[in-house]
Amino acid sequence: MRIKCPYCGERGNDEFSYLGDASVKRPDPSAADASDAFYAFAYERKNVAGPMQELWYHAAGCHAWLVVTRDTRTHEISDVKPAQDVALEQQKTASAP
Amino acid sequence: MLSSDRYSIFSVLAEALKGQTGWKPTWRKAAPKPSYDIVIVGGGGHGLATAYYLAKRYGNANVAVIEKGWIGSGNVGRNTTIVRSNYLLPGNIPFYETSMKLWEGLEQDLNYNAMVSQRGVLNLYHSDGQRDAYARRGNAMHLHGVDAELLDLNGVRAMYPWLNYDNARFPIKGGLLQRRGGTVRHDAVAWGYARGADRLGVDIIENAEVTGFRIDGGKIRGVETTRGFIGANKVGLAVAGNSSRVAAMAGLMLPIESHVLQAFVSEGIKPFIDGVVTFGAGHFYISQSDKGGLVFGGDIDGYNSYAQRGNLPVVEDVLEGGMALMPRIGRVRLLRSWGGIMDMSMDGSPIIDQTPVDGLYFNGGWCYGGFKATPASGLCFAHLIARDEPHEVAKAYRLDRFRTGHMIDEKGMGNQPNLH
Repeated sequence: MRIKCPYCGERGNDEFSYLGDASVKRPDPSAADASDAFYAFAYERKNVAGPMQELWYHAAGCHAWLVVTRDTRTHEISDVKPAQDVALEQQKTASAP
Repeated sequence: MLSSDRYSIFSVLAEALKGQTGWKPTWRKAAPKPSYDIVIVGGGGHGLATAYYLAKRYGNANVAVIEKGWIGSGNVGRNTTIVRSNYLLPGNIPFYETSMKLWEGLEQDLNYNAMVSQRGVLNLYHSDGQRDAYARRGNAMHLHGVDAELLDLNGVRAMYPWLNYDNARFPIKGGLLQRRGGTVRHDAVAWGYARGADRLGVDIIENAEVTGFRIDGGKIRGVETTRGFIGANKVGLAVAGNSSRVAAMAGLMLPIESHVLQAFVSEGIKPFIDGVVTFGAGHFYISQSDKGGLVFGGDIDGYNSYAQRGNLPVVEDVLEGGMALMPRIGRVRLLRSWGGIMDMSMDGSPIIDQTPVDGLYFNGGWCYGGFKATPASGLCFAHLIARDEPHEVAKAYRLDRFRTGHMIDEKGMGNQPNLH
């Protein structure tokens, strides 16, 4: 499995470390249902069989966090984006009127 | 006429005289009936053991085991065959020791040669800190009545004089030995339990994949499969590797990720490793099969996967671990490697519990330690399904323990499944 880092180019997956599902978001601690939301955040996973967005860290390269779209059934990678860009994009969508 | 249904020296001799014409299939090719009392989803070791103990110990043989492929095609035929009960935490030790005791009587119970071989499991330590940790583990085992011996360097040398004792970075300082641990022929376990369950009246239905559950007012009514609907009062899931996918059909979200674990076997060579040896400074475990092949493995690949095959960095890591420990295997050729899909739970320990759906029971989260647990997992799951209460030794394996803070985290890694 090779991951095409947007900064460093295509590298073997041993240069990267894996965090997991990128769709998991830290909930609002002041929300009324914060206790349930934090349980889900910490422990429940969709465990997708198919294309999944996940967080990888380029530890032996540029030290960037990446959002990699990868099919868990075949290991085929269809997209790699810097996690910062993805986060900014999501922020923009969330704050749009 | 002697029956060939019960295996013995007499049946072998009688069959020799009859030209081997009297043997029966190990289990019937059952077609699904419209309904059963209990349907077990998953015809791996755990599912078959559950059905066997339901019929044998809990008196309910109106049971079907449904399997998406063929018996032995999943993780029960993909593991490295090691059995042991050298755990640390109170939630785990009695369970795995129950399993160890069942292994010790398994062949007589099943009348099937599963090649149970208590050849000893030796975990090496390479530092003073690791020795202390192993001493603590050994003491925890003793407190639960489990055998453990802490060996010093000379003790290890006497057992395996050819290990690499000159490794400057990871010197071998001793090991924790469980003599009752060892190996079991993995697919014979599936075949033995399948035969045992079948003889007691359980239907084993192969090539029937679950496509959905029929749930009515919060109560399970049966399973939809590729071979039609099968009604059931109770349904047990024993589909580790695919637990999240199957549970999602019943609307459940689990504290589990699926990861790939690779295993390896070399060409057959003369016997030279008579036990199971693990490297404490990396992650490498090895034994030698009765055919002579070296059977070994290491870490999971570390990313979510359903692919049943892994990548080369872990292959390299495992082989490096092997070379650091026993350089003499360096010129042995690798015969094959393969991958199996593990339910990696959020604390590294399994789950055997009821679910929010009435009549639906869950068994999974075995991480990469499911094989050794097969008999106790089957027994405890059968107990739970038959009695609607947890077995004494599986009380800690609750589905809600993550919510209530009662995790069983042997490695102390927290909610990061790829680190367990």
